[in-house]
Amino acid sequence: MPKLEDVNALKSMASIIRQDIIRMLVESKSGHPAGSLGLADIFTALYFNVMRHDPKKPHWEDRDRLVLSNGHVCPVLYASLANAGYFPKEQLMTLRKLGSPLQGHPHRGALPGIENSSGPLGQGISMAVGMALVGKREGKTWRVYTITGDGEHNEGQVWEALLLASKYKLHNLVVVVDRNSIQIDGTTEDVLPLEPFSDKYRAFGWNVIEVDGNDMNAILGAFRSLDSVTDMPTVIIADTVPGKGVSFMEGKYGWHGKAPNKEDGEKAIKELEAES
Amino acid sequence: MTDMHLVPDLFGAAITKKASRDGFGKALLELGEKDPNVWAVSADVSESTRTHWFAEKFPQRFVQVGVAEQNMAGVAAGIASCGKLAFISAFGAFSPGRNFDQIRVSVCYNDSNVKVHASHAGLSVGPDGASHQMLEDVALMRSLPNMMVIVPCDVEQAKKATLAVAKVKTPAYIRTSRENAPVFTTPNTPFEIGKANVYRDGKDVAIFACGLQVYEALKAAEELKKKGIDAAVIDMHTIKPIDAATITTYASKCGIVVSVEDHQINGGLGSAIAEVLCEKCPTPLVRVGMKDKFGESGNAYDLFKKYGLDAAGIVKAAENAMKLKR
Repeated sequence: MPKLEDVNALKSMASIIRQDIIRMLVESKSGHPAGSLGLADIFTALYFNVMRHDPKKPHWEDRDRLVLSNGHVCPVLYASLANAGYFPKEQLMTLRKLGSPLQGHPHRGALPGIENSSGPLGQGISMAVGMALVGKREGKTWRVYTITGDGEHNEGQVWEALLLASKYKLHNLVVVVDRNSIQIDGTTEDVLPLEPFSDKYRAFGWNVIEVDGNDMNAILGAFRSLDSVTDMPTVIIADTVPGKGVSFMEGKYGWHGKAPNKEDGEKAIKELEAES
Repeated sequence: MTDMHLVPDLFGAAITKKASRDGFGKALLELGEKDPNVWAVSADVSESTRTHWFAEKFPQRFVQVGVAEQNMAGVAAGIASCGKLAFISAFGAFSPGRNFDQIRVSVCYNDSNVKVHASHAGLSVGPDGASHQMLEDVALMRSLPNMMVIVPCDVEQAKKATLAVAKVKTPAYIRTSRENAPVFTTPNTPFEIGKANVYRDGKDVAIFACGLQVYEALKAAEELKKKGIDAAVIDMHTIKPIDAATITTYASKCGIVVSVEDHQINGGLGSAIAEVLCEKCPTPLVRVGMKDKFGESGNAYDLFKKYGLDAAGIVKAAENAMKLKR
């Protein structure tokens, strides 16, 4: 898979992915825009620069794996996969429609490139731990990247998985937390406080990297620093702006699970085009 | 009738007694020896679930997750996604009792090659009491798409069932017991997933049982014979996919059906049989099982007696069933 080395090229790709997300959600009339837009820079970095993968060989044994734990942000996964060449971009417009492989929450096997079915929160890190254990014990060089939400850390299973990853010193496991500080009923600190969040990960034996999750240079820097980690799992706590790139969605938890209508969509696309 | 190769002295006092969990453990070890892709995951009960034999021999393919059944199911799904066959084991009360959602989504919706082994199932756990007597697991597991459900009747069959599910790529659930119980099948007794074993032919009443209740049903049939009732006894080791053909054959032949299981009467074997009967061959059915209650502490066979799951209880149920005969 040809890499985009240039930061500006990556930023342009992130904007294309954001526009695709908006078009998909306008068309599907339901779905989760805020988290999807917020994560576009991280997904772009992973699929177009960081990860070792081949869209023509989705089952390639030595590929890096991306496990999406917070499945509701799948529009950003679908848009990234389509732009990377896993399937035709036209399919994006079938999101959430009857008969479409683009399910409302991802289904493994429905589309090339999807590593796991997800939806109920808290399950992805466990699966990623299982994969990383196999990779580590069999001396493989691939990594497992897991995308999770911050609100998802309310689930007890997350902490079970963090303990186990630390026990087995899974250096090949990377958890990216979308620290956008919103969840359905309000801010994460109102609903169930997570702070001091990074200290919790440190206490669990994890290598912690905190980064601006919408700054492409910073994101690339965080992923590049992973090579020096050999005996512990890493968490990248990515401070992102929910709805990033669309002024009227930025920071508004009302856009967690509400699709833009046609008019909102056109406005959003215009803003995104002007930025890129 | 196919020769079932049961032990010769079926009701002799000298019959060997073993726990069906041992059959699982031996098969797991055998699978580990034969196939480097077999992995096992345990939630702090490896000896109790007989996963420890595998763990001692293959530490590189064994994962100890601690008391964390939700994580166990997910970790196994992740292992399976790398082309492995992963077995998870815990007490039924905790897996699938605790991790139904993870088994539903991470295992079944992912169509992962994960086998869920629950030991210590049913009332037969005995003295630990109601919290540990998992009586709802079959209902949970058989409702899941992609999931197969097997309840072996003794240690021999548990071994065969474990080896058999390893050959299938889909998720499967195997339910075993801690209680030492009669080993009445032999290595030559047939076992095929989805094919019920008819251990005793009969024309008056058809008794369908699973788990430790199969032997109790055989004993009951002997008693019924003395009372002039000719009972068929069928081992329904596979509850999903259910052997509808054998159910309808014996329902038609006997005209009355009894189901027996160490499980709630709602949602388990009795319900699965009722579904087949209603749709294909309406026949009166008497269900023997836990009657929508929690259990209590006591020895396994004392509990079976109290709640009507022993041979005497089955005899009574069969006699009642005969009165319903049209």
